[in-house]
Amino acid sequence: MKALALLATLVTGALLLYGTRDFPAWGDPQAPASAYLSPVYIEKAVEQTHVPNIVTAVLGDYRGYDTMFETVVIYCAGMAVVSVLRRNREE
Amino acid sequence: MRDIHEHSAGEDLVIKTSVRLLVPFIQLFGLYVIVHGHYSPGGGFQGGVILGASFILLALAYDLKTSQDYMPIWANALLGNLGPVIYIGVGALCAIFGGLFLDYSALDVLIPLGPVEWRSFGIFLVEVGVGLAVMSIMLLLYWNLSSGGALDEGL
Repeated sequence: MKALALLATLVTGALLLYGTRDFPAWGDPQAPASAYLSPVYIEKAVEQTHVPNIVTAVLGDYRGYDTMFETVVIYCAGMAVVSVLRRNREE
Repeated sequence: MRDIHEHSAGEDLVIKTSVRLLVPFIQLFGLYVIVHGHYSPGGGFQGGVILGASFILLALAYDLKTSQDYMPIWANALLGNLGPVIYIGVGALCAIFGGLFLDYSALDVLIPLGPVEWRSFGIFLVEVGVGLAVMSIMLLLYWNLSSGGALDEGL
C-alpha cells in the first residue's frame, strides 16, 4: 500500500512538472499575465480604488473573491481544530 | 523539586513585567498594520497575526487563564465568527444594493461617498473582517493545541 501511494505521488509530481514546461519563461514580458493584466493593475489601480498600495488594491478589490475564501479557509482550520480537540474537563 | 505542571512553573518577574509592558504596544502596532494597509505593507492578515500573537504572548508568559481574562473564550469565538460574517456581509450588501458581489462601489447608494472612495473604504471594511478572523483563529489554535482542548492550562 505504501509503495502504491509513493508511486501515485511520484506520477502526480512528474505530471505536474511536465505541465510546467508549457508555462511562459520567468519574467517573460510577452506572457499573457504580463501583457494584459499587470499593466492594467499598475496603471489603473490608484485611479480606480484610491489605494496607493497596489498590493492591497489587488488583494482587497480585484481579487476580493479569492481573499474571501482565504479567510474562510483560516476559519475552517480553526473549526477543524476545535471539533477535534475541544473538550470540557468536567464531563 | 517542583512539578513541571505546577501553576507557578516558568514564572519569572522579568518576563512577566516586560510582557505586561509590551502587550499594549504590540496590540497598537497590530491595529496600525490593519488600518494602514492602504498605504504601507500590511493589511488584515498581517495585523491579525500581530494581534493574535500579543494574546499568545500573554498566555506564554502567564498562563491560559490570564490570557482568557483579557480575551474571554466567548468573545474570541464571537470575534472569530464576526470576521467572515463582516467580509461576506459586505459582499452580500453590495449585491443587494444593485452591484456585483464584492463590488464596493455599489454601496454608494447607502452613504454617498462616491464610487471610487467606496472601493477604498470597502477594502478597509473587508480587511477589518480578515483581521478579526485571523486574530481569533490564531489564539484559538494556540489555546486548543497547547492545552489538548481543555483550555485550562497550557505549556
